[in-house]
Amino acid sequence: MNGLTHVLTQVLVALFQVAAVAVGGPLLLGLMRKVRSRLEGRAGAPIHQPLLDLRKLFAKQRMRPRDSSWVFGAGPVVLVATVVAVTAVSPLVSASPPLGQSSDFFAVVFVLLLGSVLLALSALDTGTAFGGMGSSRSMTIGALCEPALLVAILAMAIAARTSNLPALVRVGISHPAVIASPARILALASFLVVILAESGRLPVDNPSTHLELTMIHEAMVLEYSGADLGLIILGESMRLVFLLGLFVNLFVPWGVADRPGVLFVGLGLLALVAKVCAVGATIAVFEVFTAKLRLFRLPELLAGGFVLALLGALTAVVR
Amino acid sequence: MSHELNMTRLLSERPRRAVLECGSDELIESVARLLEAGFRLALVGARHDEAVIEIVYLFVDGPPDQRIELRVLLDARQPRIPSIAHLNYSASRFEREMYDLFGVQPIGHPQLRRLVLHQHWPRGWHPMRHDAGPQPSMNADADAFPFAPVEGPGIYEIPVGPVHAGVIEPGHFRFWVLGETIVRMKARLWFVHKGIERLFEGRDLDFALNLAEKISGDSAVSHSLAFVQAVEEALGVEVGPRANELRAVLLELERLYNHVADVGALCNDVGFGLANARALTLRERLLTLNDSVTGHRLLRGGVHYGGATLRTLPTREELEDIATQFHELVALARSNSIVMDRFTGTGVLTIDQARDLGVLGVVARASGLHDDARVSQPFVELPASFHRVTRDVGDVLSRFEVRCDEVDVSLRLLADLVSREGPLDVRGDEVEIREGHGTGIAEGWRGAVVHRVHFGPGGILSRVKIVDPSFFAWPALPLALSDTIVPDFPLVNKSFNLSYAGNDL
Repeated sequence: MNGLTHVLTQVLVALFQVAAVAVGGPLLLGLMRKVRSRLEGRAGAPIHQPLLDLRKLFAKQRMRPRDSSWVFGAGPVVLVATVVAVTAVSPLVSASPPLGQSSDFFAVVFVLLLGSVLLALSALDTGTAFGGMGSSRSMTIGALCEPALLVAILAMAIAARTSNLPALVRVGISHPAVIASPARILALASFLVVILAESGRLPVDNPSTHLELTMIHEAMVLEYSGADLGLIILGESMRLVFLLGLFVNLFVPWGVADRPGVLFVGLGLLALVAKVCAVGATIAVFEVFTAKLRLFRLPELLAGGFVLALLGALTAVVR
Repeated sequence: MSHELNMTRLLSERPRRAVLECGSDELIESVARLLEAGFRLALVGARHDEAVIEIVYLFVDGPPDQRIELRVLLDARQPRIPSIAHLNYSASRFEREMYDLFGVQPIGHPQLRRLVLHQHWPRGWHPMRHDAGPQPSMNADADAFPFAPVEGPGIYEIPVGPVHAGVIEPGHFRFWVLGETIVRMKARLWFVHKGIERLFEGRDLDFALNLAEKISGDSAVSHSLAFVQAVEEALGVEVGPRANELRAVLLELERLYNHVADVGALCNDVGFGLANARALTLRERLLTLNDSVTGHRLLRGGVHYGGATLRTLPTREELEDIATQFHELVALARSNSIVMDRFTGTGVLTIDQARDLGVLGVVARASGLHDDARVSQPFVELPASFHRVTRDVGDVLSRFEVRCDEVDVSLRLLADLVSREGPLDVRGDEVEIREGHGTGIAEGWRGAVVHRVHFGPGGILSRVKIVDPSFFAWPALPLALSDTIVPDFPLVNKSFNLSYAGNDL
């Protein structure tokens, strides 16, 4: 009986986390656009506009290129599925998510990567020049991000003696000194650079451009429309919230529900929303005052991220 | 022999205006001598009149303003003319245009391909000939454009347009790319060719002026001013200094709102939306000012035959306030190191390339050429504070800086113009229509706009030839792209900001 209750609670927590991220993703996009508009002196669209856009897209007819294969249709689905899977098992609202024992940082990153790779493949699948161009640029950036990300995780894992995500968050609550350690700080700085690059934000990619030839992420999804496009926008925004959620919980773990109970889960959600909104708004402010780097300068930025992670790992080892 | 004497006299006396009848056999030598004497080929236009096709080559130089026309008459049944493409690159394109529209065969042209008419237009049908008849049905092979093949390991092709993701005019760009580096780019234009020159023919002057304002929406003043000046020259209408001051005010107001928008758009193209938002606010202020000056936000209706009519003039205080706002915008863009990094060294057009192609306006001045029709073909007295803005690198930054400095020069010129006393409504006498021809040149914000009009017997408007500076500058874009990477193309293109409507006509 106790076992069954436990399983039910875990399932509910997982569903709750996925629902929060699914609604929160588009809202975060709306918030970031709003912050940007206001700082530029424009009124801007309401914060829930991305949700309205999604409703419109899901109601639209599905159009697929004549010569595309099943890969094209699978791309958006896999993207959303991978984000949903990692969201369910990661310490976002609760520090003890379902299947927490197997929620490994390395595994989570590679599951997310599956979505990116399939999206790149589906962009190639259309056979258009833009799809290929976007995939090539996106994979180049991905290849430069991965080493930085892996070393950053390694740095945190060495310091905490585990790469288990819930454990990494819990260790922050029980031993706050870990968070203040150079290893964790350097690794998280590197993690943030990777998040900006992977989610196509400035200065790496301009999410609001209409210039086909400068696009990275947008070039890959040019052929998508209707519900397929809706899934991609949903998946991408969920991924951003998920990554930012992980970032804030690794950096400022307080507020995460570390024991069962509706009250604690509710507080955990409030804390997560507050922290993610703060980071998202900060990124939006940063984006207003920056510009898009020349494509060939990106390796310098991402190499910087790698160096930060490497230094983090070194300080963790020599401690 | 007589022609030889004339040319020698012409080059020594240098009259303000001259028309030289020229035989086909003397053309190449005459053109060579004019180009050698420093003249610029500003316009080549054909006109079909019953049994003959008249070709006019307009050469200009200045200051002082000199315009020499070479006139060649050809048999309309078999019009053939020696090509001067080897002397002047722009001429090769004018010749291709005449070949498409009039069926004039340039003998010895190195690359006689279609220019204006796309491949689906039927062969042998030349729409500007008066005996062309109704439009025949189109061929289906709309895609058979002869792109030069670019081959090699790792080279791939990116076709872009004519329909783009943003709301812009149609143009097709074909890139051959190695990795991200552009090996070659070819622009295919004339998707908005609407036969606007033909639309002028036989119309009354009011209709024609209205049409001239709409040749290129962002250049309403430049095109209408060049057209009105050409008509006034053809009909012998004298325009007083006050009317010209009012016209100069309009020309500078047009330059202001376009340059300000371009400065913002260049920042926007590198993802610096903040500067663009500021620029659009300032542009809106200028459009509102335009509205109060002429009653139209894009300055239509201000210029008319024999004069100009304004409702108000901007005050000096307002101009100073605009200058302050603009300086803040430029300082904001300049303070961003990523923006400056993206601009610097990107899309270089050397001075030799610009000169060889006959590029005009902002693009030419950013590469180090000095030509500015406000100085070489002046119609208003310029204050001492006026100077031509040039840079010598020819990259995106140079074109950005030329625009920024030209805004300053324009504001100072405007401040001087609005302080001169006089009425705001200057109207000439009733125009008497008669046979004749004339040219008009106005330095629009892109560069010199040239119009040539011809009134036939009975004063019928029988030919209008329009040359927008974009016609000269489009071939320069692929040159500026060598060694540029694909994601920088939109930025380079925006720094040129050429007109499609003005080019395609």
